[in-house]
Amino acid sequence: MKNNLEMNGAEAVIKALEENGVEIIFGYPGGAVLPLYDALFKNKKIKHILVRHEQAAVHAAEGYARSTGKVGCVLVTSGPGATNAITGLTDALMDSVPLICLTGQVPTHLIGTDAFQEADTTGISRPCTKHNYLVKNVDLLCNIVHEAFSIASSGRPGPVLIDLPKDIQLSNVTYTNKIIKTNKVKKNKNLIDLATISSVAKVLVNAKKPIIYGGGGVINAGPEASTLLTELVDLLNAPVTLTLMGLGSVSNENKNFLGMLGMHGTYEANLAMHNCDVMLNVGARFDDRVTGRLNAFSPFSKKIHIDIDKSSINKIISVDYGLVGDAKDILYALVQEIKKEKKKKNNTSISDWWFDINEWRNKKSLNFEQKGRIIKPQQAIKLLYEKTKKIDTYITTEVGQHQMWAAQYFGFSKPNHWMTSGGLGTMGYGLPSSVGVQIAHPNSLVIDISGEASFLMNMQELSTIVQYNLPVKIFILNNQWMGMVRQWQELNHGSRYSESYTESLPDFVLLAKSFGIKGLLVSEISELDNAIDEMISTKGPVIADIRVEKEENCFPMIPSGAAHNEMILSSSDSNTNVSQDGIALV
Amino acid sequence: MSVYQSNNLNEKESSRTLSLIVDNEPGTLARVIGLFSGRGYNIESLTVTEVDDRRHLSRISLVTRGTSMTIEQIKSHLLRLVPVHLVRDLTLEGPFIECELALIKLVAKGANRVEALRIADTFRAKTLDVTLSSFVFELTGRPHKIDAFIGLMQSLGDTEISRTGVSAISRGSETETKILEQIKVN
Ligand SMILES: Cc1ncc(C[n+]2csc(CCOP(=O)(O)OP(=O)(O)O)c2C)c(N)n1
Ligand SMILES: [Mg+2]
Repeated sequence: MKNNLEMNGAEAVIKALEENGVEIIFGYPGGAVLPLYDALFKNKKIKHILVRHEQAAVHAAEGYARSTGKVGCVLVTSGPGATNAITGLTDALMDSVPLICLTGQVPTHLIGTDAFQEADTTGISRPCTKHNYLVKNVDLLCNIVHEAFSIASSGRPGPVLIDLPKDIQLSNVTYTNKIIKTNKVKKNKNLIDLATISSVAKVLVNAKKPIIYGGGGVINAGPEASTLLTELVDLLNAPVTLTLMGLGSVSNENKNFLGMLGMHGTYEANLAMHNCDVMLNVGARFDDRVTGRLNAFSPFSKKIHIDIDKSSINKIISVDYGLVGDAKDILYALVQEIKKEKKKKNNTSISDWWFDINEWRNKKSLNFEQKGRIIKPQQAIKLLYEKTKKIDTYITTEVGQHQMWAAQYFGFSKPNHWMTSGGLGTMGYGLPSSVGVQIAHPNSLVIDISGEASFLMNMQELSTIVQYNLPVKIFILNNQWMGMVRQWQELNHGSRYSESYTESLPDFVLLAKSFGIKGLLVSEISELDNAIDEMISTKGPVIADIRVEKEENCFPMIPSGAAHNEMILSSSDSNTNVSQDGIALV
Repeated sequence: MSVYQSNNLNEKESSRTLSLIVDNEPGTLARVIGLFSGRGYNIESLTVTEVDDRRHLSRISLVTRGTSMTIEQIKSHLLRLVPVHLVRDLTLEGPFIECELALIKLVAKGANRVEALRIADTFRAKTLDVTLSSFVFELTGRPHKIDAFIGLMQSLGDTEISRTGVSAISRGSETETKILEQIKVN
């Protein structure tokens, strides 16, 4: 009788996935992965979700990973399957999402011969993965898969690719279990630097104008990190702002929350960043969308930076204190230290600082006026938020104005409920991502807040949604423009709208109908309320085509090349002229 | 640095010698080089060969230029690479030895041949090949010594040069053995 540890390479890979806790794998078959699909066919535990494009497989796995905290898993074929996955992998790398991507490869003896569907997958994906492997020796296979999971999920998470030649998938191998010790996973040598934490605690307790600025690292460190960050905010009674990636780590309803910061952040968040005397950055990376012009960035502050990736510290902004480590561990130690410090003396009064902040808040930088019959996109998001507040709701987005409006007007009270492409800004991320989220949370409400142009980039996933009966709601803010491009052309290029009009759009209701799902057309403000209700109460998937004000711009805004304190609140603002240097920026 | 601002620290760029211990496996060198090209750093010299055949470890000696902030970035990024186990900044750590090997072919006639041999002798270069119209010299030493020798040879005739790039090691009794022992033999 065959020993039950004897199997072929493909079966060993699937067994290793199982051992590493994989329940769902997103993929698309092809010649070079047929043995893997055969092994999946025989497997009872792992469910395969058939997407309609490999890029979507990766985004779906990202949505799955980001909404659960688990490692997402992808399986695609060689050549075009692998190259189609590249955008998704880059997206995952930029946003630190833990993924395993299995790619098929031509048999080892054909590698380098320009064989059918051969691509240099490890070469192409090297700069867009945290690590990658080409398996040439089947005896190393099990270890490689186990190691890949440890690499993807440890330290700063990221995507790991394993390229599997077809002959390796078919070779016999003895399965080996996961062993913990491997040379490849960097031991966290960064023991918590208690001395620095104690200095930082003193600096924070003595700050007159503190600001806490949290990012995606807090979300990645798990829900406890979010709880600890909130505790820290309460202890110091400090104002807190979050990056696009950090939304939800402190509740939007927390009285100290100033909203998102950065290019389309609130006036109060950006001015607090500019005028603070102590800045605590937790798990954010001083991204250029956040800092504005660097030589005018927060000129009066002592800066403290907590990050798991040492290379993030002092990369863009020189800081006074750098703490390398997991946000949860460092926040825990910092909270203890601050409690001790506070017993010794009361916090410095920061009521003057709150007075300033409240003045900035009174500017009401997110104000807009819903007048007339045409729907303001901001109003659509605001209403969507109000109507889904009491429901466990997950939001994914595409990229553009609608994404920023979602970040500004939808409130996130919990971590892991907001999935958006931050670092790479990938149009077409939201729909496949919502597939992954809905698979992970079958009973929750999952909404893709979309733009009509972005939707067209991965709309083939409607078919996936229908196949698995996923009740995803697609909420399209249809302005018939690549709105964000149009806005930049208006502000920076004399309103010369070169190729940014979205021509020849489909009838979204008919499109929905053709897939057998519900479509809603919402053209006037009077219909919005009922339409959202209908969308939410519909059991299956829905496409809601929300016709919004076409030329609405996204404000407030830090124009390209400007500083936090130079932000503009509306098109009529006098500062709208962008410098020549600014125009050159992305 | 970000696109928003050029590095405005007044500090001048300086040359740094880094010494890395990496897994000797396919792709490692591509990762290291890709990091430099992808992030816009310079490599002035790079040498690599296996130095531990049980653990399959190679040493990369690498000379780069930058301000101290850039160098810190380079080191942190290098250490992020999965097959990179150790990154040492020899320039920062203290006294170290840098050495390079060069092969220099000179085509020369008459008095220039005599002069070439005399210079080679002064530099303690070895003569590896002689014909009636040419020499091949081997020279080891610090890069600027090799530069000087090559400069002189070039003034004596047509030359062809092959250099290995810098190999480096710290002075003194300290070794990396303790660190390398933590890396398991596969
Ligand atoms: C794949 C990709 N291509 C191009 C862009 C550049 N881009 C950013 S926003 C945008 C327009 C998006 O239009 P739409 O989805 O309708 O959203 P809106 O801004 O109108 O809300 C474009 C083209 C991008 N982010 N991603
Ligand atoms: Mg649009």
